[in-house]
Amino acid sequence: MSGFQIVVLWSDVLVWLLLAAGIGLAVLIARNPPLLAAWRRVGSNRIGMASATILLAFIAVGLLDSLHYRVALDGKPGEKTQYAIEVLSALDALVGPLRTENEKTYSAPFASQLYAKETFDRPGVGTVREFPRLKYGASHLQDPAALTGDVAVTALRAGGLALFGWLLLASVVALRCGGWRAVWRGDTAFAWNAVLATLALIVLTLVPLFALAGDYHVFGTDKVGQDVLYQILKSVRTALIIGLVTTLVMLPVAVLLGIVAGYFRGWVDDLIQYLYTVLNSIPGVLLIAAAVLMMQVVIDSHPEWFATAAERADLRLLALCFILGITSWTGLCRLLRGETLKLRELEYIQAAQAFGVSSWRIILRHILPNLMHIVIIALVMDFSGLVLAEAVLSYVGIGVDPTMTSFGTMINNARMELGREPVVWWSLTAAFAAMFILVLAANLFADAVRDAFDPRAA
Amino acid sequence: MAEPMLTVTDLRLGFAAGRRTLAAVDGISFTIAKGETFALLGESGCGKSVTAQGILRLLPAAGRVLGGSVGLNGAELLALPEAAMREYRGGRMAMIFQEPATSLNPVLTVGRQIGEVLERHRGLSGEPARARMLELLRQVGIADPERRLDEYPFQLSGGMKQRVMIAVALAGEPELLIADEPTTALDVTVQAQILDLLAGLQAERGMGMLLITHDLGVVARMAHRIGVMYAGELVEVASRADFFAVPRGERDALGVRHPYTQALFAALPEVARRGQKLVTIPGQVPSLAAMPGGCRFAERCPQVMAVCREQSPPWREVAAGHAVRCHWQGAAAVDASVRHAVTELDLEPGRAFLEVADLKVHFPIRKGILQRTVGHVRAVDGVSLAIAPGRTLALVGESGCGKTTVGKALLQLIAPSGGSVRLAGNELVGLAGRRLRAARRHMQMVFQDPFASLNPRLRVGEIIAEGMGALGLERERAAQAAAVLALLQQVGLPAEAAERFPHEFSGGQRQRIAIARALAVQPELLICDEPTSALDVSVQAQILNLLKALQAELGVAYLFITHNFAVVEYLAHDVAVMYLGRIVERGRAEEVLRTPRHPYTRALLSAVPVPRLEGGEQRIRLPGETPSPANPPGGCHFHPRCPQATDICRQNYPESTVLSETHSVACHWPG
Amino acid sequence: MLAYILRRLLYAIPILIGVNLITFALFFIVNTPDDMARMQLGIKRVTPEAIEKWKAERGYDKPLFVNAAAGGLGSVTDTIFFEKSARMFVGDFGRAEDGRDIAREIGTRMGPSLAIALPTFILGLFVTVSLALTLAFFRATAFDLWGVVLCVAMMSISGLFYIIGGQYLIAKMWRLVPISGFGDGLDAWRFLILPVVIGVISGIGSSTRWYRTIFLEEVSKDYVRTARAKGLPETVVFFRHILRNALIPILTGVVVVIPLLFMGSLLTESFFGIPGLGSYTIDAIQAQDFAVVRSMVFIGSVLYIVGLILTDISYTLVDPRIRFS
Repeated sequence: MSGFQIVVLWSDVLVWLLLAAGIGLAVLIARNPPLLAAWRRVGSNRIGMASATILLAFIAVGLLDSLHYRVALDGKPGEKTQYAIEVLSALDALVGPLRTENEKTYSAPFASQLYAKETFDRPGVGTVREFPRLKYGASHLQDPAALTGDVAVTALRAGGLALFGWLLLASVVALRCGGWRAVWRGDTAFAWNAVLATLALIVLTLVPLFALAGDYHVFGTDKVGQDVLYQILKSVRTALIIGLVTTLVMLPVAVLLGIVAGYFRGWVDDLIQYLYTVLNSIPGVLLIAAAVLMMQVVIDSHPEWFATAAERADLRLLALCFILGITSWTGLCRLLRGETLKLRELEYIQAAQAFGVSSWRIILRHILPNLMHIVIIALVMDFSGLVLAEAVLSYVGIGVDPTMTSFGTMINNARMELGREPVVWWSLTAAFAAMFILVLAANLFADAVRDAFDPRAA
Repeated sequence: MAEPMLTVTDLRLGFAAGRRTLAAVDGISFTIAKGETFALLGESGCGKSVTAQGILRLLPAAGRVLGGSVGLNGAELLALPEAAMREYRGGRMAMIFQEPATSLNPVLTVGRQIGEVLERHRGLSGEPARARMLELLRQVGIADPERRLDEYPFQLSGGMKQRVMIAVALAGEPELLIADEPTTALDVTVQAQILDLLAGLQAERGMGMLLITHDLGVVARMAHRIGVMYAGELVEVASRADFFAVPRGERDALGVRHPYTQALFAALPEVARRGQKLVTIPGQVPSLAAMPGGCRFAERCPQVMAVCREQSPPWREVAAGHAVRCHWQGAAAVDASVRHAVTELDLEPGRAFLEVADLKVHFPIRKGILQRTVGHVRAVDGVSLAIAPGRTLALVGESGCGKTTVGKALLQLIAPSGGSVRLAGNELVGLAGRRLRAARRHMQMVFQDPFASLNPRLRVGEIIAEGMGALGLERERAAQAAAVLALLQQVGLPAEAAERFPHEFSGGQRQRIAIARALAVQPELLICDEPTSALDVSVQAQILNLLKALQAELGVAYLFITHNFAVVEYLAHDVAVMYLGRIVERGRAEEVLRTPRHPYTRALLSAVPVPRLEGGEQRIRLPGETPSPANPPGGCHFHPRCPQATDICRQNYPESTVLSETHSVACHWPG
Repeated sequence: MLAYILRRLLYAIPILIGVNLITFALFFIVNTPDDMARMQLGIKRVTPEAIEKWKAERGYDKPLFVNAAAGGLGSVTDTIFFEKSARMFVGDFGRAEDGRDIAREIGTRMGPSLAIALPTFILGLFVTVSLALTLAFFRATAFDLWGVVLCVAMMSISGLFYIIGGQYLIAKMWRLVPISGFGDGLDAWRFLILPVVIGVISGIGSSTRWYRTIFLEEVSKDYVRTARAKGLPETVVFFRHILRNALIPILTGVVVVIPLLFMGSLLTESFFGIPGLGSYTIDAIQAQDFAVVRSMVFIGSVLYIVGLILTDISYTLVDPRIRFS
């Protein structure tokens, strides 16, 4: 067993910081009854909780993919160990074969043969053109005709296992929440029935899928023979980082400037308004394009900054997040400025002013907490938009590094395949479907959060 | 009694809340005859507005009709299909709403909004419709109707908007007019105009009218018969004469009126009750989700008996046309002995410790390309006041007169444009930083809206302690916590309130918290900006009692900013009357209230509807409404509305005339 | 009112200057012209002479802000800032990498862009407002609920999917219209219909939902209750009272994008091979043609500011409160 070296990418730092911030926020919320009440309303929303369950599954994949390491190369004892140039993650280790078992080129989902004919010299028959068997996919079968039966048996077995696991979990929940009936009919304060139903759906799809993924390419392979399921899994982290880190980058700027402009008014307000009108007046895509082009020049002219390709791709991803953040804070800033203008006229702010409470303390104690719902709503609402934007930007050529797997690069690489005859549909379909599920879950969750936090809805 | 036109029988209305439906109106019955005004009287949340909406079948989305019947001249309204019901709505019955500012469509002209009723119900359009609209506008007392017809609601004043609403309602020639708090959002002089108008129109047209109100004075002015509502039920129905004629305390002793009605009357602040504690109703209206089974007033009733908690009381006729729903038949339900005197701290005015001279607050009006200042809104334009320790100065005026701005300018929350505010001889205007903070210790403010004046994200304890921390009074946590507990006790709240959040408290309790917060820094002066105007009468009585007790105990002085003369009469030692940024009359309360010398003061006093049968015979009616402070009339600001105005009034603003040591008036012709 | 519009026009000047400074900083200070030359020329040909030649051909060999050597007025005008940024104010955008005049190119490409963007915009607005009105009319019913769910699902689908899927289904499988391309004159409609339909459909989800919330906000207002109390039928309440008020917030979001229609749509034009400004931009981005990207940023901001002014003017048309004050 060779050793390994832990690699901490910048985006990993941010991801785990985000997780820590999320946990910290949860602790804070637990201590503040009004906020807790709002989250309880989210918790009782069935659609919201079902989508949260799906989001959590995506997040789990993303987190696993954020623990990076480099494997030590076999060297002579006594020599300094050399590490592989390739940066792997915990996810890669878990789904090992998916990463390594590459075919020659396209193969359809559950195929046993390659998608393109090759020329063989058969002794006695001569030269024939036929579809060769895959190197890995369904290679354990002697006869490809047994494929359907094998798939069905494996899927059923795994499905049974999943069902058993789910029943175990469900009975724990039922025991703790007052019986099956109460859980099923939705009499619990937390929407357990929605969570359990979604979980059932997830495990009953995913467990058989992964059980089959060992022997087959369940979503097929792409042009260079890479497993599509593996690409989907790797894309999740990219999407999550774009969706979350971007908001995180812009949030402090938007909150600070918005509140300061609304609270102090006067020339500060004029200046901040001028700033965001200028940024706003440049069409978003063009500003991003310009900034990304410039960033590319910077990265290309400083190759010495990066030890591995992964590091370079990672920095480019973060830079993209910053650029997206800089171009998208104006909306939230304007919204917060308007709300602050309203809040500062409220009587409890004036009461604090009458005590001579300092302006910054008023902002921290009275204004910021009463704007938190807007910030939270903005955070979850922006997520889906950013995930969608990544795909478009990668298509235009100003997205993530082409070597980094993302929904955008997948679509970009696969879009010409629809023109082939017969059609290679699986890459595109898988990428669009995965993105649709992620974005739909995020949108539905955002709706639940907004309904719970919007004071007008309460 | 004439043949009933509207017959409401056992009407039940509710709201869908999750899987349940909560009854907001639970089986009320009444009738209205042609030409009769029936007033539904009750405090907020008693279901009176829901009743009005239910009759028109205009309930909000979650509203449900649960049962009963509504008959209009024999037709059963609740059974009509929606299309047929629309023939009634706006045609045979019409409604006026509380907020004229939001009840008219902002982007349609006045003519369009009246015209669509004429077209819908009278089949009029084109020239005849326009003629009819002009006639209607004239009837509701709008001058220059030709111009107004093509104007938009935002171009009209509040009173004029309500007149347009009335014209809209009248356009369909209704047999029944439903008026839901038609004057609550209006100033008292405008309220008087609108009430006169409604009474006149009703008499002229012989309409039936259902008047929804919380104001006993409005009831006394308008109603022929009265129904008192409590928690979704009618508890008393009486004619105006029966309802008001009884001298309180005598025939009440015979148990004629419902204990709730008696308590409502007893909670009213008025001059006769100066120096006495007002009667309050303990507890709160039960919530819709937890209605008690028996009498709904039982928990708060001073005369509660065992039977009250078990059975809902039946109707009992105490006189012809006067019925009460109460088990109690004994002597006065409201015990007069609770009305023991509070120590009246009517100190001789000593040396004033707060002196305000020629205070001015002008807001610039900017216009044009470069946003140059082209004029000023003279919100406060030369106000002089003095407040002595332990006394209450009431600053009275209608909306837009600048009284709230005065309060904020005293605290330096708004920077004054001129004049001086001297606290114990020290000038506050222009002060900043630490010295201003030190001065603010001596003055604090209680705001109007108890829902906007407490930060919803802070615990009550933190809210109260904020001032102590900011002004550096109690830095230690333990001492601060002890001080908070003492303050909570002082304002009559339990100690555990400190750990709770504002949303868990009712309006009255919130106002107590706000008072505790202000008292936390031990100020000598409390500026109370309409602290009771958002509260129900019975809750208002609690707050007024508290303020009086605190003054007796702590010797704190009040600047009481209000538009409510009843409160002034009950509470104030000194009175200053404001009109368009200036004080027009000031003096001792008895001087100003008994012998008002400024025509505006006299008109204001006579415009207040009194909850009595007598009174209101020689009402002075002011024409028009308060002009904009951006462009006040030349000469005496009041001259366009003044019945006594002469040429000199149109040219010069009157100097202040000193009438006595304490009483002065700014009028050329002090009456 | 005239003063108001004039004031907005004056306010546009500092904003344009700000935009110009930002783009200038992005293109010339983050990276020096030397970096860009190296990037454009590729690794092989990088010699100091080649870089100097490249810079001289494009006028990047001057100082950034102050040319001390030129003297007189030239010390300000004979600089990169003046030549490349300030001259954009008079419509001089310089030349693209392929040597063509950018201003002329923009002029010829506006037409095709507008041919796609304008019908998409008008049709899309009509469809989404009608749908939103229908949903609001049937609010709190199952129809409304499923309508909203459908909207959320539609807005969760990537825009790329609408285009790729639409092209595949309508043009490739059913062969109803050509997949891509652009024609002149009357023949153009065959090329236009697919991008327009796809553009409209891809916008349905988010716009319908957004307009529906605006309508619902109006429905809960007091004047609607007054209108119902007049006995007006629900359709009249909606079309006469609610629609007119809801138009005001809808206008804010809509009018501002009208001038930007000239810019075309990046994705649609590139997928359908339409020779408009959108595909021009995308080609420039992919070819790393900085001069073109810079020009498009400037034009985009100008059009946005025009949109802001148009919004102000349209307010005065629909909202009497602004018209008369």
